[in-house]
Amino acid sequence: MNPDLAFLIEVIVGGLLSGVMYALVAIGFVLIYKTSGVLNFAQGAMVLFAALTFVSLLERGLPFAGALAATLAVMVVLGLAIERAVLRPLVNQPPITLFMATLGVSYVIEGAAQLAWGTQVHGLDLGIDDTPFEIGGVLVSRFDLFAAGIAGLMVAGLTAFFRYTRTGLAFRAVADDPFAALNTGLRLPRIWSAVWIAAGLVALVAGLLWGARLGVQFSLSLVVLKALPVLVLGGFDSIAGAILAGLIVGAVEKLSEVYLGPFIGGGIEGWIAYVAALAFLLVRPSGLLGLRSVERV
Amino acid sequence: MAATLTVSAPRALPARTIGLLLLVVIALGIVPLVGTSYLYEAILTPFLALALAGLGLNLLTGYAGLLSLGSAAFMAVGAYAAFNLSLRLPVLPLPITIFAAGLVAALAGVVAGLPALRLRGFYLAVSTLAVQFFVAWALNRIGWLSNDSPSGIVTAPRLVVAGISFEDARGRYLFSLAVVVLLTFAAWRLVRSPTGRDLVAIRDHEIAARITGVRVARTKLLAFGLSSFIVGVAGVLWAFAYLRTLEPAGFNLDRSFQILFIVIIGGLGTLRGAFLGAGFIVVLPLILARLGAAILGDGFDSGTLEMCQRIVLGILIVAVLIREPAGLTALFDRAVSRLRGRAA
Amino acid sequence: MQDVSPPTSPVSRPQSRSKVARLSDARSARQGVPAQEAERTILAVEGLSLAFGGTVAFAEIDLSVKAHEIHAVIGPNGAGKSSLINAISGLYAPQAGRVRIGDEAFARVPSGRLAALGVARTFQNLALFAGLSVQDNILSGLAGARKAGLAAQFLGLPSARSEARAHLTRASDVIALLELQAVAERRAGSLPYGLQKRVELARALVARPRLLLLDEPMAGMTATEKAEMSGFIRTARETYGTAIVLIEHDIGVVMRLSDRVTVLDHGRRIATGAPAEIQANPRVIAAYLGLSDDESEGFADEDAA
Repeated sequence: MNPDLAFLIEVIVGGLLSGVMYALVAIGFVLIYKTSGVLNFAQGAMVLFAALTFVSLLERGLPFAGALAATLAVMVVLGLAIERAVLRPLVNQPPITLFMATLGVSYVIEGAAQLAWGTQVHGLDLGIDDTPFEIGGVLVSRFDLFAAGIAGLMVAGLTAFFRYTRTGLAFRAVADDPFAALNTGLRLPRIWSAVWIAAGLVALVAGLLWGARLGVQFSLSLVVLKALPVLVLGGFDSIAGAILAGLIVGAVEKLSEVYLGPFIGGGIEGWIAYVAALAFLLVRPSGLLGLRSVERV
Repeated sequence: MAATLTVSAPRALPARTIGLLLLVVIALGIVPLVGTSYLYEAILTPFLALALAGLGLNLLTGYAGLLSLGSAAFMAVGAYAAFNLSLRLPVLPLPITIFAAGLVAALAGVVAGLPALRLRGFYLAVSTLAVQFFVAWALNRIGWLSNDSPSGIVTAPRLVVAGISFEDARGRYLFSLAVVVLLTFAAWRLVRSPTGRDLVAIRDHEIAARITGVRVARTKLLAFGLSSFIVGVAGVLWAFAYLRTLEPAGFNLDRSFQILFIVIIGGLGTLRGAFLGAGFIVVLPLILARLGAAILGDGFDSGTLEMCQRIVLGILIVAVLIREPAGLTALFDRAVSRLRGRAA
Repeated sequence: MQDVSPPTSPVSRPQSRSKVARLSDARSARQGVPAQEAERTILAVEGLSLAFGGTVAFAEIDLSVKAHEIHAVIGPNGAGKSSLINAISGLYAPQAGRVRIGDEAFARVPSGRLAALGVARTFQNLALFAGLSVQDNILSGLAGARKAGLAAQFLGLPSARSEARAHLTRASDVIALLELQAVAERRAGSLPYGLQKRVELARALVARPRLLLLDEPMAGMTATEKAEMSGFIRTARETYGTAIVLIEHDIGVVMRLSDRVTVLDHGRRIATGAPAEIQANPRVIAAYLGLSDDESEGFADEDAA
């Protein structure tokens, strides 16, 4: 194969795979946004919290499975606590207020996580070999592939949950029309709790994968900033949109870094995704797969 | 006086006017006599700069209802514009330089506000984040902006107006005070004007505003421009009067959040809110540090302090949003009316 | 300033009750409407159709409203009444047909120019500026009439100040007309529902529109409040000569208040005529009046959104 082409494909594949990682975080947002209209800025802090808790428990001698179970429990409690203590009292407030509240929550979680577990960087080894291997002349990171697999499993799991379980169906009803759902006797608070627990679990998965890749440290909570353009592009209310947009953002970032970076200087991955997402939004204001809402008056 | 323009507002209480005058007398007449340089440098000057930034953001977010997460970017634009103007056009007197820097920030604000014509809510908030990251990147990348300083850190020019130096701690405080008083008065005129009404109208019901003839797009851009002007000048104060240096890292996302928090805690949609909120944000770490040292002794290091501060701040944000959406301003008003009730 | 003329004696109807005296004081402009003006068509809707996706909101609607006329649009829930008002005010883009306002015709009315076209409206759900005082809300109704620029306002130039004074006078007139003096300084969002509805009417009226679109101005009101509101609507017409399109569910109110009535059912116009004709129209009776008026709201049509 032409080495330039191979390199291009390599860049794209690398981008797509890291895009999966973005989508992983974005899905946590979508879950909550779909059911309660809250853009949960604390999702990033939850990712940090999950990873930090898990690593710290491992370092304190817990076996892998034990640490995982304990972290899982902690995340469930955390999700429930946020929903109960913060979101429930703010029900019916404008979305911007809810968003600012989650900004406050993210400060609390970040502070608490580091106060409890310290601020030093922890390595996290999930036991996955990160040597790249070659498929048809293209180098692919084994770890990224693994992450993509996990993300795929998670999406499949969530899909099955929404399609085949009572709570899942209720969730979809709420997402489609909260008022109608309320009228038919669905219990909104219970669904909200469920969704926050789910978001906590998604954060745990994202935290482990991101933590393994970047090291577990404060900057992990900044993955939220990577997820935002993905959300904007995919639409805040579409899981499929989040995945698709994650892939696009990942590829665009890598491509522009490699091919555009040399001309306008490196480090553009900090904002190029935003600009790309916004440019798209100006054409389609509710994102790739988001619902276009009719203004109600 | 603005009598014809303010008639629609609740009649200004004489008590309030007296309170305001008293405040000015204290700030101008008494503080400079008794203040220490610690008071000026650690409390008053940063308080003034942050309050001004909060005031600017409040016009946009509190009055016009447009959430911005990029305030620090506009502070940076203002600060760096003023730095470059005074570096490259040293003939300009400082007040002109600062005004021009405000205009540059306002222009940046209008450009950043363009997406607001298409996007709303979170989508718009995310687009202001793009501005935040883009400005940070540009400042780091384009060496010319920081006079090709290898470290990226540059020293702010001297604060001299008409031959009078405001270089010492008290001078920098007085300089900031003058700027803040001037711009607060301007903001007050604005929110009391028909245009100020338009801002609230597009916040409370954009469609109804459009139907009644408010030019929504123009008003939104105006909100971005005016807000960014004030935030930009606040950036100049922050860099020139408080830190006396400029570096991109000083205007990061955390600063943007800090200013948003000032507005939320102080009270969205009130001018006083920015001052109460900024006072709170500046004093909080000092109180926490004292408290922590008293309780934990030496175990309370700066890292722990920072974490505690984050937690307390986060809890306060949530608490204010739940319990007192009108912020400290509402608490303050209640306390005043209770005192008055007792006195009567 | 321009149209603040001395108070004139009202062309009032007997039911304007004791308010008449105060109304005549509050009244500021436009006494009787010239004869040819009264025959002028202010609003003409021609073959207007609107669908959301596959759901038809209304189709091929014709409607014309003359100066000084109160024209009610009625029909069961889901008949497309609100959508019609929203299309006339440019919030929805119709797929076919035209809306004529005065001398101009539009495929989609530019909602930002509505005020300049002399059209004002109220909304089915409250659409006040909750954070502004009642007086400021009403002053906002004059946003489209404002000439003074930001700089003039900011510097308090004479032009801006005299304009502000003139607008304040107009707002005070409407406040007096709708008896809102007691709450003028209150925050609009803090008022009870019925009063908020009245403030919304005041905000629409202050611009002295040629055409006023009222989307359920009496929804959720008590009988007393409805009677009061009817009085205000009539007064508004008498005072400002405004043509009014009114959506209302209370058939009794509609029959008493309106000059003509158009009936929609499943997005189609099934009748237009004087109240008495409408009451006698068998299609209308079949579609709508057969159901006892207010209670009929329970039977929402699910198929016609």
